[in-house]
Amino acid sequence: MNQNSDQASKAPPFSGPRSAPIRHIGEAGIFLFRILARLRFSPRQWAEVMRQTYFVGIRSLVIIMTGGLFVGLVLALQTYDVLTDFGATEAVGTIVGKSLYRELGPVLAALLFAGRAGTSITAEIGLMKATEQLDALDLMAIDPIERIVLPRLVAAVISLPILTLLFDMLAILGSYLFAVHWMGLEQGIYWSNMQSHVSLYKEFFPGLMKTVVFGLVCGLTAVYYGYHARPTGEGVGIATTQTVIISSILVLILDFALSALML
Amino acid sequence: MRTSHTVEFTSGLFMALGLAALVFLAFQSTDAGGVLREGSYRISARFGNIGDLKPRAPVSVGGVTVGSVESIELDGDSFEAVVTMKISTRYDALPDDTSASIFTKGVLGDQYVSLEPGGSPDVLADGDSLFITQSALVLENLISKYLFDSEEEEDSE
Repeated sequence: MNQNSDQASKAPPFSGPRSAPIRHIGEAGIFLFRILARLRFSPRQWAEVMRQTYFVGIRSLVIIMTGGLFVGLVLALQTYDVLTDFGATEAVGTIVGKSLYRELGPVLAALLFAGRAGTSITAEIGLMKATEQLDALDLMAIDPIERIVLPRLVAAVISLPILTLLFDMLAILGSYLFAVHWMGLEQGIYWSNMQSHVSLYKEFFPGLMKTVVFGLVCGLTAVYYGYHARPTGEGVGIATTQTVIISSILVLILDFALSALML
Repeated sequence: MRTSHTVEFTSGLFMALGLAALVFLAFQSTDAGGVLREGSYRISARFGNIGDLKPRAPVSVGGVTVGSVESIELDGDSFEAVVTMKISTRYDALPDDTSASIFTKGVLGDQYVSLEPGGSPDVLADGDSLFITQSALVLENLISKYLFDSEEEEDSE
């Protein structure tokens, strides 16, 4: 008995704050496989995924499209200004296209997505946990991971690439607007320069690949922190903040890693 | 029931919009675009040295871009570089004694292929190759030749 309590007073291994980041990665990985094991591809699950795509994707459209338009405008403004010094203003389309497809589009869209959709997922799931709705589902023999968590994760993976494409499109439109309509660049020169220097296979598709990974990372971070939030108002608040911080950092780190791999 | 359908409809619309954006961006703003819109034919040329020529470099006639370099390979037997070029079908009347040279744009610019049309009545067709070529000028070769020549002159004196 005495020996037993002695063992209990000792902290179990790997529970300290220093091992916390590694522990979180491990837990999130296990959580991901628990979610993926629930993939059924049943019509009912797809219907729920579609519903969540609405909340995750379409509700983020406004911020993504506004962001894209102004990123395109400012990108064209800055490069046009510098290129004038070198008499190479026709390269503005090329620079906008390359920087957008490679880095700016995927990363900025993912950051905006984490702030807009990731937080709402975390807050929603966290609140469900705090109000014991997840336990209620469990009692009714409805798996909360299958019913609540999985559709949101899949919706994030589907939504982010589409949102990034729309972000890119609005950014191209913005730079076109600035360079062609306001600065008087010949529109044929704008497009042909872009077409002759931006590669579909080396720049456009790798950028799209990135966004799928970013969608998975942002979605997983959001559902993980929501599902593991402390069931109090404060706990949900902390979880929401953590989602933004962690997914932003992960997106930026992964972006470097993926770029290095693909180049 | 009604709201549920609205959600599904907008989700479908959202995905269709994404697909439309994909197609638009791919064909309007990347290199997939030009290929679709204009037909092209291929000609090849053999060079002893291509210098710094790269695939996608422009091919021009009299300074006007008429196509681009598609691929560069080394012929394993003759050890010559085989440069395959894609020429727009708008310029399909190039004579078959056209010569190709590799030049540099400006002092430090990119290298490009310049075609010099000859006077033959026959025209180049898809898959033809050019016989008269002039290799790229490699700066190091020029310098070493210059140094070597001046040394020889000193020896002979």
